[in-house]
Amino acid sequence: MIDKTRCSVQIAIVGGGIVGTSVARELSKYNLDVLLIEKEAEVGWGTTKANSGIVHGGFHEVPGTLKAKYCFPGNQMFPQLCEELDVSFKQNGILMVARNEEEMKTVEQYLERGLERGVNVRLLSREEVLKLEPHLEPSILGALYAPEGGSVMPFELAAALMENSIQNGVQLLTENPVTNAWVEGDQKVLETPAYIIKAQVVINAAGLFADDLARMFGDDYFTIRPRKGEEYLFDMTTKDLVKSTIFPVPSTKSKGILVIPTSEGNLMIGPTGDDVLEKEDLTTTTDGFSRILEGARSLVPSIDPRKIIAQFAGVRAASSRHDFIVEFSPNIPGLLHLAGIESPGLTAAPAIAADVVQMMKDAGIKMEPKIDFEPRRRKVIRFHRLSRKEQDQVIKENPAYGRVICRCETITEGEIIDAVRRGARTLDGVKFRVRAGAGRCQGGFCQPLVMEIISRELGIPFEQVTKRGTGSEQIRYAAKELLTREVEQ
Amino acid sequence: MKVLTADTAVIGGGPAGLAAALTAKKQGADKVLIIERNNELGGILQQCIHHGFGLHRFKQELSGPEYAQRFIDMVKKTDIEVLLETMVSELTPERKIYAVNSRNGMMEISAKAVVLAMGCRERTRGALRIPGTRPAGVFSAGTAQRFMNIDGYIPGKKAVILGSGDIGLIMARRFTLEGARVEAVVEVLPYAAGLTRNVVQCLEDFHIPLYLRSTVIEVHGEDRVEGVTIAEVDEAWNPIAGTERYIECDTLLLSVGLIPENELSTQAGVAVDPVTNGPIVNESLMTNIPGVFACGNVLHVHDLVDNVSKEAERAGRFAGRYALEQGEDWKKRVKVIAGENIRYVVPHEIGLDEPVEFFMRVQRPDENVVIDVGGLRSVRQRSIRPSEMLNITVTPEMLKNVTGDSITVQVVTLKEAEVRA
Amino acid sequence: MHKTIICTVCPLSCNVFLELGDNDEIVSLTGNRCPRGKAYAAKEHTAPERTLTTTVKARGGIHPLLPVRTDKPIPKEMLLEAVQAVSDLEVEGPIRMGQVLIEDFLGTGSNLVASRDL
Repeated sequence: MIDKTRCSVQIAIVGGGIVGTSVARELSKYNLDVLLIEKEAEVGWGTTKANSGIVHGGFHEVPGTLKAKYCFPGNQMFPQLCEELDVSFKQNGILMVARNEEEMKTVEQYLERGLERGVNVRLLSREEVLKLEPHLEPSILGALYAPEGGSVMPFELAAALMENSIQNGVQLLTENPVTNAWVEGDQKVLETPAYIIKAQVVINAAGLFADDLARMFGDDYFTIRPRKGEEYLFDMTTKDLVKSTIFPVPSTKSKGILVIPTSEGNLMIGPTGDDVLEKEDLTTTTDGFSRILEGARSLVPSIDPRKIIAQFAGVRAASSRHDFIVEFSPNIPGLLHLAGIESPGLTAAPAIAADVVQMMKDAGIKMEPKIDFEPRRRKVIRFHRLSRKEQDQVIKENPAYGRVICRCETITEGEIIDAVRRGARTLDGVKFRVRAGAGRCQGGFCQPLVMEIISRELGIPFEQVTKRGTGSEQIRYAAKELLTREVEQ
Repeated sequence: MKVLTADTAVIGGGPAGLAAALTAKKQGADKVLIIERNNELGGILQQCIHHGFGLHRFKQELSGPEYAQRFIDMVKKTDIEVLLETMVSELTPERKIYAVNSRNGMMEISAKAVVLAMGCRERTRGALRIPGTRPAGVFSAGTAQRFMNIDGYIPGKKAVILGSGDIGLIMARRFTLEGARVEAVVEVLPYAAGLTRNVVQCLEDFHIPLYLRSTVIEVHGEDRVEGVTIAEVDEAWNPIAGTERYIECDTLLLSVGLIPENELSTQAGVAVDPVTNGPIVNESLMTNIPGVFACGNVLHVHDLVDNVSKEAERAGRFAGRYALEQGEDWKKRVKVIAGENIRYVVPHEIGLDEPVEFFMRVQRPDENVVIDVGGLRSVRQRSIRPSEMLNITVTPEMLKNVTGDSITVQVVTLKEAEVRA
Repeated sequence: MHKTIICTVCPLSCNVFLELGDNDEIVSLTGNRCPRGKAYAAKEHTAPERTLTTTVKARGGIHPLLPVRTDKPIPKEMLLEAVQAVSDLEVEGPIRMGQVLIEDFLGTGSNLVASRDL
């Protein structure tokens, strides 16, 4: 048997998605010994990565649900959170569009729901909507407008939350899936391929695998049902098609197919909402695409599928309770479940994290504020957003910012080096943090250069640079290697 | 910020940029500048190590680097200035270029004439929307070519190639000669998109199967490509149920088309032709922005570098002249219309005082036809294919016969041509 | 015996039909539309040749590889043997385009030359 490293912490968070990282950062405000355990090579790589990135208005959710409890307060926390963490956040507003009389009635119901909660919402007439968004389907009747709805890059946010948590003392363990878990007295034990970790409190933020983790502890009272969403991303030249995030009137099952201006500006359409068997079914499908295109074009008819540059899918962690599960396990003391956090989970995450602090206090855990808590992470230099004068200055200070690596998005070597120094380990990690390779050529030109920078910065051979962790190496052999091998055979 | 000036500034140091700079210099311009983002001149030719370049121009078959080297050597003999590892971030309609590099920081370059020679990029999996997983091991053919021929790495040892364009075919041979296997080349068209010569020398020589009227309908593998499903397609390119076939592989290469890189041009206000995805130009290859010229793959995707050089020399000549004379007063303009079985013609608009070389592509293959250029000139063709660009020159003498505001270029049958004559 | 060879001399891609005798000798040759096609098909039948282009490991340049080629075509069946033969060759700069790296490469009478400056 391999000797596993044993360690003991006060609080172990399992799962580094938007929920786990939000909780980590919130707990880092207190004098606690916190460890976050992630199965992938970097945080934010499960459901979070494929999230639509919408900071919801808070008018959608059914009253009385936990979704309703956390969504609007979460929305209100985003401006400060993103400012502190230097994460791109755009309050571009949300429009829920009515295409017929019946939908208009539903829109009015949502207006009431929003107003009751104190959400800044109002009704817009057809003319007002078309003035705001001239490319919308002209036959619409009107829309609900929530100007405080917004857009973020969910992966960037998770990475920033983690970075700031680490700054404030949280420890991170990646590429360590929890394979077994049990209770030992008042301690909970988590086993991973390399570690055996004892913790006083385990926070289950394992997303799609939250029910599996619960069951490892013998705690079997909820199920996670994977529901897949496909998304299609457009070229930057689609920037001006819509400003607000465009919603249809929702169905009972999902919020529908949306037209989303991402916080970077380019358009995205999706998601589907299909129950799937596999928790990691990340395939995109022809059928999914046609439904998305049809849905999106019913809102914005001029959407041109030839401008699509990328597609992806994510799987939502819907719970058997049809709502978030945010509670201490009734069966295992000290096991806190944050499960079934599907939409609007991204928006709700900061509010859930704040509530976790309260729940811990209520559970009698000593929560002593950290006097030297640093809410800000080091500012990120985003070269393409600087003025020419600033660009010139930045290059003078560090010539690496004068070498443009990703030509489509104008991302410099300096930014890529910085991303690696902040925790990026892979091509996807760099792409999601600084957008190198996220543009129209999808890394066709810059991939070899980015791989070289990662290899150099991490001190690993070129062939060991991966797309997203062990097993996803892009390059398998050195030149001539296959020829000389043949000779040996 | 460093402020520079140039008579002619050429954006891009590939085959088009090199040829344009040389001819601009020959026009007598004092200061010609090439701005190149790579760390060497030559552009994509440096990774095209196969031979077959230069048959028209040099009457011999050169490799890509050899073809590039000849032009680089010529540039080195002049006082043309070269900025390497320099990225142009903006071009204004007043021909101010903003560019950055590590040494000089941000630069503002005022140019009397600008030649756009940025080349093209490859279509991606995202643009094709191939369903399935998104593992490592999916490359555009050109990226794989760079890994193999420049950086010294081999992506994998069992590849499937989607697209039978010349780059895909060339990469099939390259993989084979590096000791890897190519399981299949898959092409949606009923015929190979690349040159027959490449089908013979890159596929048949190595017994690599070519599946026509077929496409990749799904990518498999979580972390790394484990295989692809291919299927035959119908007339509308939809997969035919029951024809699916699974092919195990660790690499999928895409050779599915090239797109001129005109983001910089459009930002400056250059009008782009939706068919070529390149600028709309007149016979001097000048765009709608006075003093801004375009040539090579940024103007339209070529299949022979010899044609790129020829076209670029034209752009360079007129750009050089424009820089010296600061604008020219063009006389009568005539629109060029793509007629029957012509997908596009470049230039889009012509004057009548200069010889004009038309570059064009057809929509469908045909045999024994005549290309009729507005009744001014007819050229017989034994075989025409969309993948092979045609070029036809008309002289000012012929242009004297133009009467209306436009001329139509079209493909006609031999009989029709006879009747007209 | 019959055999079809697709001519690759020009884009017309003629199908050249060869009628072969008992010793594989060409009895008749039809389908070509020009004399070049005839010459090509005959050569392709009796002794097909290809120009080899590949890379060798290199030191002293800006890239770790140097593109190389044969200066004349070599027998087609030798291509794989030829890439094996140079798989462990490593050259050092400076090298000039056209410089001979291996004379009379594998006894073919063709030289292996550098395809660019190093």
